[in-house]
Amino acid sequence: MEVRTNNAPVRARPKVAVFKFASCDGCQLSLLDCEDELLAVAEAIQIAYFPEATRAVIDGPYDISLIEGSITTLHDAERIHEIRKQTKTLITIGACATAGGIQALRNYSNVNEFVNVVYAHPEYISTLRTSTPISDHVKVDFELNGCPINKAQLIELISATLNNRRPLIKAHSVCIECKSRGTTCVMVSKGEACLGPVTHAGCNALCPSYHRGCFGCYGPNETPNTASIAERFSILGLTSAEITRLFRLFTTESEAFRDESRKHANGS
Amino acid sequence: MELRPRSFAGQLKADQLNSLIDALLDQGYRVIAPVKRDAAITLAEIRTSESLPQGWGDEQQPGSFRLTDRGDTEYFGFAVGAGSFKQYLFPSRRKLLDIDRHDMSMTKVEDTEKPLAFLGARACDLDAIAIQDRVFMGSDFVDPFYAKRRNECIIIAVNCHRPSSTCFCTDAGKGPECRSGFDVALTEVGVDDDHRFLVETGSEKGTALVNNLDLEATTEADDAARQEIIDRAVAAMQPALPDTDIPALLKAATESPRWESIAERCLNCANCTLSCPTCFCSGIEDVTDLDGTHAERWQTWSSCFTMDHSYIHGGSIRRIGASRYRQWLTHKMSFWVDQFGMSGCTGCGRCVTWCPVGIDIREELRGFAGDALEATTNEEATA
Ligand code: SF4
Ligand code: SF4
Ligand code: SF4
Repeated sequence: MEVRTNNAPVRARPKVAVFKFASCDGCQLSLLDCEDELLAVAEAIQIAYFPEATRAVIDGPYDISLIEGSITTLHDAERIHEIRKQTKTLITIGACATAGGIQALRNYSNVNEFVNVVYAHPEYISTLRTSTPISDHVKVDFELNGCPINKAQLIELISATLNNRRPLIKAHSVCIECKSRGTTCVMVSKGEACLGPVTHAGCNALCPSYHRGCFGCYGPNETPNTASIAERFSILGLTSAEITRLFRLFTTESEAFRDESRKHANGS
Repeated sequence: MELRPRSFAGQLKADQLNSLIDALLDQGYRVIAPVKRDAAITLAEIRTSESLPQGWGDEQQPGSFRLTDRGDTEYFGFAVGAGSFKQYLFPSRRKLLDIDRHDMSMTKVEDTEKPLAFLGARACDLDAIAIQDRVFMGSDFVDPFYAKRRNECIIIAVNCHRPSSTCFCTDAGKGPECRSGFDVALTEVGVDDDHRFLVETGSEKGTALVNNLDLEATTEADDAARQEIIDRAVAAMQPALPDTDIPALLKAATESPRWESIAERCLNCANCTLSCPTCFCSGIEDVTDLDGTHAERWQTWSSCFTMDHSYIHGGSIRRIGASRYRQWLTHKMSFWVDQFGMSGCTGCGRCVTWCPVGIDIREELRGFAGDALEATTNEEATA
């Protein structure tokens, strides 16, 4: 407990841990990237475990665990259960943790073939056949989408959690962000394929604002009508293979995108 | 069409268009006008006529907008582009309040924008502004932010003569002729030989503005020149809506299976509602900072295509796509009349063009009318 000035509410600094699974570290680095807010974050929370930032380790249990990365090894599949047991509020961050990440492309192939081609000593590699989101393994309290996550959303999520309110993170389409910032629709004005209408908002329509279609980094939105947009893509001239590839990117292991991609993939 | 005698305030040579823009700038207005940006025509702040999309046109279809390079000198040779003047009177996002725990204060955020001048508004834009006036200022509960911007703004309309295939203002609205709701109305004529704007005024504000300009007198032939522009626009539009009482048609169709069939195509992306110049829904959002000492209250655009829009204690009411699409169409075309005494649609066609999958409300309304007709025929046959 700590007493604050400024009439700030008196509250405990929650113990926060940051864990990494199969991922590129980009999402947890967003936390360190919060330059302006970093001090306020450090004041508001107690970093109990965050190897990217500090060597100090405080044992669990933790009030909040931020989980980055997907499950790709047997060891990790067990580790996440341990973390869940030690955690009050478990939050997954990023496309890997929420939707398997780009490494989930292995789920459509035989991973052993990759291992044999890539590694000089395949016998040292012990990996699962699939890459799966954390929610396939344990109960998740909140998923923060994105590849990488948007640091403003991360701050908002932490701030909402600290203030006991619902995080202001919208699950509607990227199109709403385009229209709100006045970005001209690339699909309508250029006939370019864009996943924005079925993708979760959060990036503030980054790609459309640079005149290109959305790649779906934030995964499916709250009501993704993937069948209808796939139909439109084919009217715009995309082949089945191209449609499959569009749905098979960073969030390919999300149910909506995976299932739609299968409909267009030959024979699978 | 019958020729109505006009009283023009005069005419402005096309190469003098900047004198109009300069007059607006001198009076302290922010001038908002069509520009060519990205791959479309859209609205932006301008300071000179050189920013206007001179020589550019548009080809619009359900779900498609393509710029066309006509290569002529016409300034306003297109229908309506992406976006609408709504985004200036009713912005997508604005802060309402700053709340500070330090001194327990709440501070209203005042609008500090300069007054707006809308250049190039079409009849459908005037219509849309009139509809939003009714919504935001036409009852006991006036939106002070909207009212301030609206009362301060000046509207320089331009008669439309190149409607696109998605336009249906003759059916749904009051277009294509600018009849009311403007301060100044221009008609662009004589692009090839004697390029100029015929100038009419619709308010004292408009008269005061054009009095400062060096206008030349019009001739009798200019009445006909103006009329030709209007006639051309009317002739370019096909009848689009079913010839029936649309509000009643939709009220009778609430349980129609057609909603489901539209929902199979609808992406719930909300582009139609946000592109529509009359849709007025907004949400209120509160944010706090990390230590809980400062909070802000924001107003943002909202859409009936999101789950949040119908969220009340414990869940959303409109859970399926069919009910969300039904909300949009029945409100716009039917319940709006009960609520505000006018339809919510001007026939601008934006929702048709900017729907990524090209769902066309005209076609859907014809579908509902067809269903109703079939049902009556069947009833008569069995009776
Ligand atoms: S560019 Fe993409 S995300 Fe933006 S409005 Fe168009 S379809 Fe939606
Ligand atoms: S419903 Fe469509 S056509 Fe009617 S005013 Fe709105 S955007 Fe324009
Ligand atoms: S009608 Fe079209 S623009 Fe509107 S929500 Fe459905 S798909 Fe999006």
